[in-house]
Amino acid sequence: MRLELRGITKRFATLVANDHIDLVVEPGQIHCLLGENGAGKSTLMNCLYGLYTPDEGEILLDGEVVRFAGPGDAQAAGIGMVHQHFMLVPVFSVAENVMLGNEASKGVALDLDAARAKVREIAARFNFHVDPDAIIEDLPVGVQQRVEIIKALSRDAHVLVFDEPTAVLTPQETDELMEIMKQLRDEGAAIVFITHKLREVRAIADKITVIRRGAVVGEASPTSTDAELAAIMVGRAVELSVVKGEPQHTDTSLVVKDLTVTSATGQVLVDEVSFEVKGGEILAIAGVQGNGQTELTEALMGLETNVEGSIRLGGQELVGKSVRQVLDAGVGFIPEDRTHDGLVGTFTIAENLMLDRSDGPPFVKAGAIQIGFRDEFARQKVEEYDVRTQGIHQEVGRLSGGNAQKVIVAREMSRDLSLLLAAQPTRGVDVGSIEFIYKRIVEMRDSGCPVVVVSTELDEASQLGDRIMVMYKGGIVGVVPADTSRDVLGLMMAGIAPEDIAATQAEIAAEAAASDDAVSDAVDDAAPPGDTPSSDTATTGTDETGAAR
Amino acid sequence: MSDETHIPTDPEVAKAAADADPPEDNRWKDAVREIFSASPWVAVGALVLAFVVGSIMIAFTDSRVQEVSAWFFQRPGDTFSALGSAIGRAYSQLFQGAVFNVAFAERGGFLEGIRPLMSTLTSATPLIAAGLGVAVSFRAGMFNIGGRGQMIFAAIAAGWLGYVWSGLPFPLLLIICVVAGVLAGALWSGLAGFLKAKTGAHEVIATIMLNYIAFYFLQWLLMTPGMLRGVKGTPISNPVPDAAFPLLFGSRYTVSWAFVVSLAAVAFCWWLLNRSSMGFAFRAIGENPRAAKVAGINVERTMVVAMMVAGALVGLAGTQQALGVLASSGFGDAVDAGIGFDAITVALLGGSQPIGVLFAGLLFGAFQAGGRAMQAGARVDISIVAVIQSVIVLFIAAPPLVRAIFRLPQPSQAALARKADAKARAKAAKALAKSGSQDGTKESA
Repeated sequence: MRLELRGITKRFATLVANDHIDLVVEPGQIHCLLGENGAGKSTLMNCLYGLYTPDEGEILLDGEVVRFAGPGDAQAAGIGMVHQHFMLVPVFSVAENVMLGNEASKGVALDLDAARAKVREIAARFNFHVDPDAIIEDLPVGVQQRVEIIKALSRDAHVLVFDEPTAVLTPQETDELMEIMKQLRDEGAAIVFITHKLREVRAIADKITVIRRGAVVGEASPTSTDAELAAIMVGRAVELSVVKGEPQHTDTSLVVKDLTVTSATGQVLVDEVSFEVKGGEILAIAGVQGNGQTELTEALMGLETNVEGSIRLGGQELVGKSVRQVLDAGVGFIPEDRTHDGLVGTFTIAENLMLDRSDGPPFVKAGAIQIGFRDEFARQKVEEYDVRTQGIHQEVGRLSGGNAQKVIVAREMSRDLSLLLAAQPTRGVDVGSIEFIYKRIVEMRDSGCPVVVVSTELDEASQLGDRIMVMYKGGIVGVVPADTSRDVLGLMMAGIAPEDIAATQAEIAAEAAASDDAVSDAVDDAAPPGDTPSSDTATTGTDETGAAR
Repeated sequence: MSDETHIPTDPEVAKAAADADPPEDNRWKDAVREIFSASPWVAVGALVLAFVVGSIMIAFTDSRVQEVSAWFFQRPGDTFSALGSAIGRAYSQLFQGAVFNVAFAERGGFLEGIRPLMSTLTSATPLIAAGLGVAVSFRAGMFNIGGRGQMIFAAIAAGWLGYVWSGLPFPLLLIICVVAGVLAGALWSGLAGFLKAKTGAHEVIATIMLNYIAFYFLQWLLMTPGMLRGVKGTPISNPVPDAAFPLLFGSRYTVSWAFVVSLAAVAFCWWLLNRSSMGFAFRAIGENPRAAKVAGINVERTMVVAMMVAGALVGLAGTQQALGVLASSGFGDAVDAGIGFDAITVALLGGSQPIGVLFAGLLFGAFQAGGRAMQAGARVDISIVAVIQSVIVLFIAAPPLVRAIFRLPQPSQAALARKADAKARAKAAKALAKSGSQDGTKESA
């Protein structure tokens, strides 16, 4: 089915989210929609999927104009969407989720068998296994995503939209997803792939359309280099790699020993973690989202209540200290959830810049805020950190992601720091600002401060980190040098220790096995019994996970 | 979910706004939008609507209108003139009772004519103080419905001390009583804050229950000899003339120095919320408690302190009642006179801004003073005033409705942006869940 969008325009008040966008997606083609966060990609797809009504323009399927009042119409017309945040009911089984909204029935009873058969049939077609009776919340993220795909395919979707599908996946899962997408393409589906990750675009796209500020700014060839793609995306040349010298270690260091964090219900979230970060180096903590990184950073900040073990910063014990005391000890914190944890959206830039120093000098004297000092400070920081704003009295909630993040970076880095803790420092930040934020983080390291960067983006971890620590299920899988290959890091993110990987690879080399599946099979063999990699490192891994149920 | 979602998600609304405004940058238009989107205009809109609803109520309850409407189809003019005169008379009496009375002026000159205005100030005095208290708790993200209990405890403390220490010299006794009342209100309210901070008990439930406790405690005190029960043996406390707020302009007017104290409280609250680090913390926990916590603000402690400040201000209102209008008569169990609840409306109408609360308090004071005159002069039941007050709340609670009726522009994107993400997801999920139900063959190619 050929999809064509003609002159799609969508406005929100004075903001033009989509400005006369034309797009043609041919069957049997993977069409990449590349753009920064906020460029208007998701808005465009929501128009296509019937969630928004475009103000102007039309949607054509095989040359015929269609109008969608809601996602139901879009689905009926053969458009399927795999959302970034899965639209699945966690307590339902796979089959129940697949039939949800499209329930077949036998008399008054639901025809679950039909749904089961459908799940099996589609899964078999793509050579992956999904147990139709598995409960969604028990499944790893990668498998949940497949359920989304099955759901779309079960309704005979000929146009498939993948909205940032790789954000939640390990590198291996990403590779597998790409295989599935290629197979779908070869079957004749028209695929729209939304992303801002350049590597993925080059790996899979047949055609690339770049969107910037709501408008199509050009097409690129899949053979373009990262730098070329980034330049079109941002509109200027971008320094993509992080320039940094050898780490110069200093004496101030962060030593974490046997740190355990448990939830209120007794669940172990961080499991006896020990590591050290020297002054002047960056330790990158990598791992798939939800493997204890968030809790670890919150424990470092004094935000967690059930913490055991020790955190020593320059000899000072931080466990048991309040957030205020941790901040006063010189810990700078860039939280992973900017809008919830980092900023008060309705406060002005100036107010947010003093948010964690609202209890004393220099911002507060004798209980009164020093308005003059505050505003002067804000003006200076807005200038220094290049925050694009109408003024220091603008509400932070109105800033773009990148500019809002710069406000946090400015606030934290303008204190006297003895440790910088940056969680997902560039999530939802435009490429131009990423460059800037990286530079600041490296500057902080070069000033002799220990720096911890938590990131789910492998590229970010490898580029920024002097060493990379990989977390899995609350524990540390290993700490490896920054130049460790993606493959190894990816396996570590699935919980396989680096020693096992090395052993496996040696074995493979010895056997000189040429089989494609050798690596993954071997990996499964290498995994300790009873610890099936739940993020389905390999296709076979999924089989076992599914079969175990 | 990517950043695209910081865009308003209601397509209808967005579309309407887009139609009205070309997307180019236009400073003046933006400025006008800013002004009209600000809540004072919504407040004024709500006020106008409330008066319209009030007019309808007056028209329907007026006996002359009922009489002439019997022959509406013969002589509709009668009905309309009756309507006009009923409504006109009522509102004119309301105005004369609240601001300036022409008859008084003819008799005693201008100074006599503004007597209603002065009684408006008297009525407004505790409303402003209590309104400030509710506003402060609003700004800290809490809903203080405990005004009644806090006022009662303040009145108990002030009234009791005013009687037992009545020998003390004038300004000292008054100051002690006011401080005691304010502290009592602060502690009673702080209790609710403490329960919320330590146990997570919702402050609405806690303050309502504390209201009951305070009310029955006061009744017990008034019934028990040796407690607050007056020497005359009635369930009315002893008068405290020695501890009373002195009158501001002599005996011609009822307005006392308590009003000046309320004005000072307005100034204090403005400073507290806009210029002090404590107010900064209040607003931070009110707007985003999680970010406040991450920024090292002790959210639990700030909650308790915010409730205590709120209770202190409401307590001031209780003190103003006990040592003001009721000082010479003593007070019974209705010492709060519903002010604890009216204060919620005042704070709402005032947009939880101290200056706004001042004007809203004055307006409600005018309603009270004028309402009595309206009942006497125009035979319109004083409950019409209560209806008008309630309708104001109703419309303020529904600003989008007011905006739609008056065709005011939508609020700034920032305001919408906060809700956008959650809303977008909810909508998408909902739409998806429903999707298959319209299983049609619509335009399927």
